This record gives sequence, C-alpha cells and structure tokens, in this order.
Amino acid sequence: MTSDPASTVVATREITFGQAVREALAEEMRRDPTVFIIGEDVAEAGTPFKVLSGLVEEFGPARVIDSPISEAGITGLAVGAAMAGMRPVVDIMFGDFITLAMDQIANQAAKVHYMSGGKLKVPMVVRTTLGATRRSAAQHSQSLQAWVSHVPGLKVALPSTPFDAKGLWKTAIRDDNPVVIFEDKLMYPLKGPVPEGEYAIPFVTIVATSSMVQVALRAAEMLSPLGISAEVVDPRTTVPLDARALVDSARKTSRVMVMDEGYERYGVTAELAAVIAEGAFHYLDAPVKRLGAMHVPVPFSPVLEDLTVPTPERVVEVAKTLCGKR
Amino acid sequence: MNRDQYLTMYAQMYRIRVFEEHVNELYTSGKMPGLAHLYIGEEAVAVGVCQALRPDDYITSTHRGHGHCLAKGASADRMFAELLGKAPGYCSGKGGSMHIADQERGNLGANAIVAGSTGIAAGAAFAAKRARSDRVAVCFFGEGGLGQGILYEVMNMAALWTLPVIFVCENNLYNEYTPYAETTAGDLLARPRAFGIVAEETDGQDVRAVHAAAGRAVARARRGEGPAFLLCQTYRFLGHHVGDVNRGYYRTKDEEQRWRAERDPLQILMTWLIAERIATSEECARVGEQVRAEVAAGLQFALAAAYPDPSEVDTHVYA
Ligand SMILES: Cc1ncc(C[n+]2csc(CCOP(=O)(O)OP(=O)(O)O)c2C)c(N)n1
Repeated sequence: MTSDPASTVVATREITFGQAVREALAEEMRRDPTVFIIGEDVAEAGTPFKVLSGLVEEFGPARVIDSPISEAGITGLAVGAAMAGMRPVVDIMFGDFITLAMDQIANQAAKVHYMSGGKLKVPMVVRTTLGATRRSAAQHSQSLQAWVSHVPGLKVALPSTPFDAKGLWKTAIRDDNPVVIFEDKLMYPLKGPVPEGEYAIPFVTIVATSSMVQVALRAAEMLSPLGISAEVVDPRTTVPLDARALVDSARKTSRVMVMDEGYERYGVTAELAAVIAEGAFHYLDAPVKRLGAMHVPVPFSPVLEDLTVPTPERVVEVAKTLCGKR
Repeated sequence: MNRDQYLTMYAQMYRIRVFEEHVNELYTSGKMPGLAHLYIGEEAVAVGVCQALRPDDYITSTHRGHGHCLAKGASADRMFAELLGKAPGYCSGKGGSMHIADQERGNLGANAIVAGSTGIAAGAAFAAKRARSDRVAVCFFGEGGLGQGILYEVMNMAALWTLPVIFVCENNLYNEYTPYAETTAGDLLARPRAFGIVAEETDGQDVRAVHAAAGRAVARARRGEGPAFLLCQTYRFLGHHVGDVNRGYYRTKDEEQRWRAERDPLQILMTWLIAERIATSEECARVGEQVRAEVAAGLQFALAAAYPDPSEVDTHVYA
C-alpha cells in the first residue's frame, strides 16, 4: 500500500480555481445536454472574472446564454426550466445581487419540492461570489452564504480549493435540488491539484470507537485528495448508544462504514451497523460496511498480527468501494 | 366548436362554481384551515384558456388558483383533500389552497407570491422549446401582478427568445382591496406591446370570447411565433378571500349586483346555448346536477380522508 494514495488513482495536475469551475461546467455540459448556463455577460465575455470564457465557443449561444440584467427573471426562468426537466446554471455576477433574486431562490426554488408533496423537482445551480478586500465597497463585497443556508430546501456549497471547486460543481449539477455555490472572487487564480477526468465529491460516514477513531481520522486525511469527504463519528459510549448521531450522519452521507477493534462477527460493528440500517435504510446508497478484528486468535508474529486489525489503508480501500471508486 | 365542447365548457365552469361554493361553506363553518381566495365570477377565464390547451401544456397559477387547477383537469376530490390538508391531496397536504399543483396535467402550481410564477412559466416554455416539442405554457396572474418588476424582466426575455408562453392577465378590477386604476398607470396593453408581444383584450365573462382569443395565442405559440398577452376583463363576485365580507369601503353592493345579474359567465353561456338551440335549459340543468353530485362526492371523500402521517413532516425537503 503506497503512502500516497492519490497517485494510485488518477493522474493529477495543477490548475487554477477558475479553470476547475470551467472544467466542471464543460464536462457536465458535454455529458448532459439539458445543462445550460444563463447570466449576464457569461458568453463571449465569459463573466467579468473570465471564469467561463471558452464555453460559448464550445457549446454555442443557445447553451451559454447572455441574459438581460434581470436577476429575478433569469432565476425564475431557471426554476421553471428545471421543473420542466432541464438543469440550469444561473450565474449571478456578484453575491450581493442574489438579493434581487431572493424571492425566486427562497420562495420558489427552495419550496417547490416540499409544497408539491415531492412531485416536482428543481435541479438547478445558482452560481455567485462572496468576499471582500477587492476594494469594491459595500455593494460588491458581501458574503451572504448565511442567508441562503438558513432556508430549508436549498443546498449551499463553499468550495475552498480547485479540487473542491470542480468536485462540488459536478456534484451540484447532478443534484436534484437547488444548490447555491459561492466562489470567493479572490480564489480564481489559486492553483491546486485536480485529478484528470471524471470525479464528483461523494461523502462517507466512518463510525469508529476507541483507538479506531485515530485510524479513521488518518484515513479521512488520505481520502480527501481522492475526492472522498469522510465524516468521522465517535459514539463515545456503546451503552447507552447515541443512535441518533449515527443515523443522522448516515442519512446525510448515504454511505457508512463501521469500525471497532473487536471481532466483527456478533460484534460491536454488527450492532452499530444494525442500528444504522434500521434508522437510515432508505437513505443508504450502499450496504453498511464493517471493519473489525479478523476472526482469529491474535498471532504473535508482527507480520501476522498487523493483518488482523484495521489500518488506515484498509479503511481507505473500503471507503473507495463504498463510493464506487475502484 | 361542437355541442359537446360547449357543454364541456359549461360543465367545467359549473364545476368551479360549485367547488368554490363548497369551499366558502367549509371555510365559514370552520372546517377548512388557512385562507381561501375564491374564483367565483371569473370561471370563463380559466375554462376558456384551458380548453384551448392540451393536457401536456403547462400552466402556472396564483393564490386564486382553484379554478385554474380544475380547468386544467384536476379532480375535485383530491383538490378538496389538499385544501383540508389531507394525505390524498394533490400535494399530500403540504401545499394547501395557495400552492396546489398537479404536475401530471402540466399544472406547475399555484403561487402565493404575486407574479411569482411568471419566470417559472417562461422557464417551462423555454424547456419545451429546447426539447423541440410544441408544448406551450400559460401564466395566469391578476392585474395586481402588473406592479411586479419580474413580469417585465420575463416579458422581455419571452419576446427576445420567442418563447411559447402566454401571459393571461385576469383583470378583476381590484388589487385586494384597492381599485386597480389607483395603482396602475397608462394603457395596460401598451406594456406587453412595448416588448413586441402580441396583446389582445377580451371579455373575460364570455367563455367563447376567451377561448377564441386563447386559441389564437396558443396556435401562434405552437407555430413558434412566440409569446402573447391576453387581458381578460373580469370580476370576482365575492371577497378577496372568504373573510373579506364587508367590502363597502372599496366597492358598492350595487356594482356587485350588476355584475352578478348581467355578467355571470355561466348565465351568459347558457343563454347563448339556448338561443342558438345548441342545448336546452333542461340539458344544462342536467349537466349542473351531474357536476353537483360529483363535487359533493369529492367533498365527502376529502372529509373522510386521513391526515398525513406525522413522519411526513420532514420528507420532501430535499429531493
Ligand atoms: C409579492 C406579494 N406582495 C403582496 C402580496 C399580498 N397579496 C396577496 S393577493 C394580493 C392582491 C393581488 O391582486 P391581483 O394580482 O389583482 O389578484 P386577485 O387577488 O385580484 O386575483 C396581494 C397584494 C403577495 N401575496 N405577494
């Protein structure tokens, strides 16, 4: 097992945050003809920050649409197009301008699925910016992510690296919910490693006890560059058991692994897996995986002994399997 | 238009009238939670327009949306259930009167934000055009919506991109409790025309006139010739909502009585059908009875229906 798992998966190269956003959009637009971008100066201009430049050349003005200066109107149009089967991306030039589209975001997009009893869906992405220190003063510098995060029905993404930007963008476009993505304007030139080709950011829960928590945390660090974001949950006590915490995390990530240094068979991992299956079965994308001690007496020889207990490398392998990454 | 089509229109208008009478009764007897904005008096608009549509065409609707929903083909039982917050309601009881939606018949939903669905209708039209279908979208809104900026943003884009969307403005003369003339400047039709949108005014009490005008607009849109605007002059016979009982401070009893006596859309169609010997008054009465029985059965269904399971409260927040 290599100590640099990233190198075992795919080749990566350094690109900027802005390039990562553009790549994600381009790949998704190639993959899915229902994806389109609408916004002010998004086509030939490629936005004031040039993040989208080149897209109109590849996809044409019918899919990269220069709109009137009508934030509410374009957001509303996107909501309707999404309800009718498309996957729009609405570009709101500055985060400050989401105020003009707020009714369409908070009262329309966020509410449609719930109010229709689950019959209608709004798979759309609102792309906008946040952040100060560009000397742009009070109406071009706000960070309004809290406003939309407050509204049930919306998802909100705040990518921090080129890697995250690309992965979160692809995940957002494929999501069936309205997602608002905030990009800090200062991050566009930021460079970082991004894998070549396809990836979206999946999530996984690792439930671990005692010393396995350290193993899980180490594994989570190794998983991050592979594009897998892990949430480590430590129940602290097995009796009483905080079942709620386990189930909540499982419902959030849809993929769960359970670790304990005791034997798997009839073990703590079995009980924890059962609790999660009971509470989150319909939310799971894959069966709960268990990782415990091998069903053997502990051997003396170090080469053998080390095989019997979970290691960060094995956790990484199991997490990759859970996320469909082999 | 043949006899059956006219009788269908009559039945649809009658269905809305009776449905709303029941809603009034449910509300005043304390059986219905929330608010109810009744469509009585305006039936010819929804029916005239929706009879010009196909089942797969889209509509968006307003807080006064029961008529649109029925006219687009929804059934009374599941609508009553929704209004009562019951499980078999069109939105599982989660939407209620002002948010009723019926996506199987293209109804993308009522909307409690004035002009809030203008963008949605244009977006559905945009998607229809992109899918190279000839579906159209109708956006119903009250004349109060003329005060909202998004309408102009959307009309601009609809004209610019020749979207198959038809804006149907139901001018019932009042923005809630204020005469529209006090809030609305200039010639209403000049507004869509400024965008190059074909605009036409029609008698919203005459279902045949509405249907003919809607038919022209829909045909243009299907041919790919872009949006249209229909100004339907109409009147709501009752209050802005069921609780709006003392209306003397904004309109006279005399005015209300004149509209009811002379401009009732059901009467207007029935009188014409009889005069033209298309149907007899007995035939019309029979249609009325059938509809009454069906709507009453729908109400019984809804009253007997179960409320949603409490576990439903946090489902469908996310897809
Ligand atoms: C954006 C917004 N502002 C105010 C209201 C409150 N309100 C509800 S109905 C209404 C009047 C609407 O008048 P109109 O659009 O003509 O429709 P009508 O009720 O006459 O059918 C108002 C002001 C609202 N629902 N939405």
